[in-house]
Amino acid sequence: MARTQAKPTTDGPLLQIRNLRIEATVYPPGEAPHDITIVDDVSLKLEKGKVLGLIGESGAGKSTIGLSAMGYGRGGVRITGGEVILNGRDILKGGLGGLRRLRGREVCYVAQSAAAAFNPAHKLMDQVVEAALLHGTASRAEAEKRAINLFRKLSLPNPETIGERYPHQVSGGQLQRVMTAMALCPEPDLIVFDEPTTALDVTTQIDVLAAIKDAIQDTGVAALYITHDLAVVAQVSDEIMVLRNGKLVEWGDTQQIITEPRREYTNQLVSVHQIAHQEKEAVGAPLLKVENVTAAYGGGMVDVLKNVSVEIRPGQTLAVVGESGSGKSTLARAITGLLPPRQGSITFDDRELPARLASRTRDDLRELQMIYQMADVAMNPRQTVGTIIGRPLEFYFGMRGAERDKRVGELLEEIEMGSGFLDRYPAELSGGQKQRVCIARALAAKPKLIICDEVTSALDPLVANGILKLLLNLQEIEHVAYLFITHDLATVKSIADSIAVMYRGEVVRYGPKSEVLAPPFDDYTDLLLSSVPEMEVGWLEKAIAGRKMESAGN
Amino acid sequence: MVTLTRIPFAAALGLVFTLLFVFVAIFAPLIAPYPLSEIVGDVWEPMSSTHLLGTDNLGRDLLSRMIFGARTTIFIAVMATAVSFITGSVLGFTAAVVGGWFDTIMSRFVDLLMSIPTLIFGLVVLSVLPSTILTLVLVMGILDSTRVYRLSRAVAVDINVMDFVEAAKLRGERMGWIIFREILPNALSPLVSELGLRFIYAVLFLSALSFLGLGVQPPEADWGGMVKENKEGIVFGIPAALIPAAAIAVLAISVNLVADWVLNRTTSLKGGRG
Amino acid sequence: MGSSIASLIAQRIALGVLLLLAVSVLIFVGTQILPGDVAQSILGNQATPQALANLREELGLNDPAIVRYFAWLGGVVTGDLGTALTTRQDIATTLMPRLWNTLFLAFWAAVVSVPLAIILGLLAVRYRNGPIDKAISGFALASTSLPEFFVGYLLIFFVAVKLQWFPSISTVYDGMPLLTKLQAIVLPATVLVLVVLAHMMRMTRAAILNVMQSAYIETAELKGLSAFDIIRKHAFPNAIAPIVNVVMLNLAFLVVGVVVVEVIFVYPGLGQYLVDHVAKRDVPVVQAVGLIFAAVYISLNIIADITAILANPRLRHPK
Repeated sequence: MARTQAKPTTDGPLLQIRNLRIEATVYPPGEAPHDITIVDDVSLKLEKGKVLGLIGESGAGKSTIGLSAMGYGRGGVRITGGEVILNGRDILKGGLGGLRRLRGREVCYVAQSAAAAFNPAHKLMDQVVEAALLHGTASRAEAEKRAINLFRKLSLPNPETIGERYPHQVSGGQLQRVMTAMALCPEPDLIVFDEPTTALDVTTQIDVLAAIKDAIQDTGVAALYITHDLAVVAQVSDEIMVLRNGKLVEWGDTQQIITEPRREYTNQLVSVHQIAHQEKEAVGAPLLKVENVTAAYGGGMVDVLKNVSVEIRPGQTLAVVGESGSGKSTLARAITGLLPPRQGSITFDDRELPARLASRTRDDLRELQMIYQMADVAMNPRQTVGTIIGRPLEFYFGMRGAERDKRVGELLEEIEMGSGFLDRYPAELSGGQKQRVCIARALAAKPKLIICDEVTSALDPLVANGILKLLLNLQEIEHVAYLFITHDLATVKSIADSIAVMYRGEVVRYGPKSEVLAPPFDDYTDLLLSSVPEMEVGWLEKAIAGRKMESAGN
Repeated sequence: MVTLTRIPFAAALGLVFTLLFVFVAIFAPLIAPYPLSEIVGDVWEPMSSTHLLGTDNLGRDLLSRMIFGARTTIFIAVMATAVSFITGSVLGFTAAVVGGWFDTIMSRFVDLLMSIPTLIFGLVVLSVLPSTILTLVLVMGILDSTRVYRLSRAVAVDINVMDFVEAAKLRGERMGWIIFREILPNALSPLVSELGLRFIYAVLFLSALSFLGLGVQPPEADWGGMVKENKEGIVFGIPAALIPAAAIAVLAISVNLVADWVLNRTTSLKGGRG
Repeated sequence: MGSSIASLIAQRIALGVLLLLAVSVLIFVGTQILPGDVAQSILGNQATPQALANLREELGLNDPAIVRYFAWLGGVVTGDLGTALTTRQDIATTLMPRLWNTLFLAFWAAVVSVPLAIILGLLAVRYRNGPIDKAISGFALASTSLPEFFVGYLLIFFVAVKLQWFPSISTVYDGMPLLTKLQAIVLPATVLVLVVLAHMMRMTRAAILNVMQSAYIETAELKGLSAFDIIRKHAFPNAIAPIVNVVMLNLAFLVVGVVVVEVIFVYPGLGQYLVDHVAKRDVPVVQAVGLIFAAVYISLNIIADITAILANPRLRHPK
């Protein structure tokens, strides 16, 4: 199997992509299949040992460009024009055999979801050394030794034995690092990192990011780092390329892109998190009082919520922050009555809410609305926008016919969409529009409190920003309170009046925003705050050095 | 909206044949040239202008019997499909939405029924029950409803956990709205294509039973029974038994083509939604 | 590590035994307590009261149902399946050679259809959406709609009667030479193969496609592995369980398909034995054969489940 011919090398740039054009055939329902252009006339150059960040929103074509460096088109995507010159030769002209020789030897790939990218049937070590053995760059013993060193370098626990484990026996953050080791093991010239930290919790992301950065520096490998998060890419890359809809927007040195962007679009990306929000003073009686709530699933043994107490004032926003498994969504389920708490009480507008959904009055239900993370599954795909927004009007206020349609039109105006959308189906809307319709549906009930469960996390940053601004405007107009559940601290800063930080089912820090975000911090809040990437070169090193506690996802 | 021109050739062909069979079944007495049981010629006469398909093992006109047989076969299969669909889908939806002990008991019972092959269980039951049309419809319908139950329960469970159903529950909607307005419209397409498959299965099941002599009893005739009547002729090179057998095949393929098209159409719709 | 697997498998087998017990109750209930008097329906309306009383006595119909059930079950467990009402013969002795004949036929049908289905399924995946794939799925669609007797009589009409290559009636008897025996079952086995092939192929295709679309296949591709190595090292270990599942489900299918095929070809197997005695309303025989069919069906399903357990790395290597 071993092919030990010498690897091609060059004195020029390692990778040069010229006028790349990538197309795909789409099969939209009810239309004839046609070709669309995914990447249009993109050129780039990468020197040996350098890191280039590719950044853009979904549909920007960044992953597609990254994979073109390996001559690979995912899901029927075709490279229809341009040249990809790696180590001095155009790899698109080398045929499939030529591509196979370079994949896993000159270029390696790190996927977004390592959990899916590892074969569940084989031990990690067998998969890590596979490419090196296949291409004959090392003997089995050498490759394993190299792998163990890489495991150590990437700060994996038990580097000597972790290779004996199967993928499902290792946590997500660790698996992501094992995948990086797998890419480094054959000692390639280039690694394509495709959103390697996006699926991780924020406190785990920082560790993986640091590990990747160290490994890149120590081995001197070059990298294409693909992500939608400009702050993340600023930590690892030398240069950044901004893409939009398959076209190049701006390409420059990292420092220049994040401090003096030349294009308006780049500027929007850089300043995306800066919504000025003045904290409101905690006046008046609380609208919602959650007192000592403890809850468990299925009458089970483990409490997912432990003795939680929080309050929300009318017209204000409480942000509940935490990582996966912190119990923040469970809190929402307990408040709505979907998961009756085991202990504790929930008081809403001076009346105690019955624990179970079925025993609540129609007014209880009306005044407490909810918006979901995934807008496309939160709307019935068989109902029109008019029906979706009109139903609460019909149900709670008995509005019918023209009166109802008029009100739906007004609500559509409020969410900045207009009554032209009345007869559309959810499938015909964009991600941001879907979420707006969900907001309108909640508003239709004239609620006093809306629970927003990660409502912006599935959206691209600019779209998410629009939604946040809309929510803030609506709060001004309708005087509605929000319980805002999120894992994203930047969002919290933009929208909250008070904050509750949750960790493993408990509220570890709670108070007005200004106090929660001011030192002295408890260990977990410190870790959480210090893990949020900032748009600043060198932030990563400072953050790692200043931390008080190890992240939990390890 | 789907226009006729958009129907692919195979599906259109299936649709034409299916409609033809249904037409023949409905108007059987008007179309058939001879009465069902009248002996009009010699045994196994070949095809001729007076007997387009020849005569059968007793000298009855085969074409007329085929036409009346279409009526019996389709009628029993439709009734059995209706029984299986109504019981299966009502119980399946209820189990999915109500959950709890009702779901557990129903699902375990269905598992039990499905652990015996349908044909075998049908034979066991028919060994003590009289072979009337009513028993056939009930036995076939109930045995087959287990499959409809599983499908509709699975579909409804999937939809029931989606956020838009939760949103409706949080709004305070009643069970009726949730089942008929939120879940059913989204479950309809897979169920419609399953309806076609269940009908085919009913036709094949009934034909097998009649072929084995345990289904429709003489003097009534269905296609499976006609295969049985004429099968002795095969070894003498008389193809009379092949004609009803082919009719069953054509009917089943036609309905299958239509069901397949419906299924593809719904999956592509789903793609558009995602 | 191994113990949890062993206990899972033990659980699955225990569940199967439990299921079989429940099935035996169901079969018993289905044949004994359904509306109408069994003795009456066996003897018909013209039966004298004396004959009815005798038959009731003989069937033990005067005992309570539970007593009768346990008497029957006790017999089954010790290998005593009772006596046939119509022939007065011991059921177990009559049934055994027929069971072997049926298994013989099903075995050869499986030997042909399983590898054929897997190869065709692989071909369909390899040339996905191409003409081969389309032809295979077209054939699959048609053959799931064809009744067994249509295929059977078509074969008899053309191959046995017109061409006279094989006998139209598949007679086998004890001490028949294997080759002659095989020749006798060519036609029925062909029908069985055609009946299960389409289904098995379609499901194999779906199972492999499912695996081939996993992200780890892409990982392997991006390591530079050849198509063959990807299938051998990365797809195959994950496709075993679904494929075995498909095969077992279809063998269960096959066992049922045997009933009609045996009647078509007048083959002396269990299926024909069952059909004959259903028509004669010979309840003890029907119960015994029904239970045997159900037992085979349940066992095949257990084997499928156990393979799935053994092939699942999550269960083989718990955290």
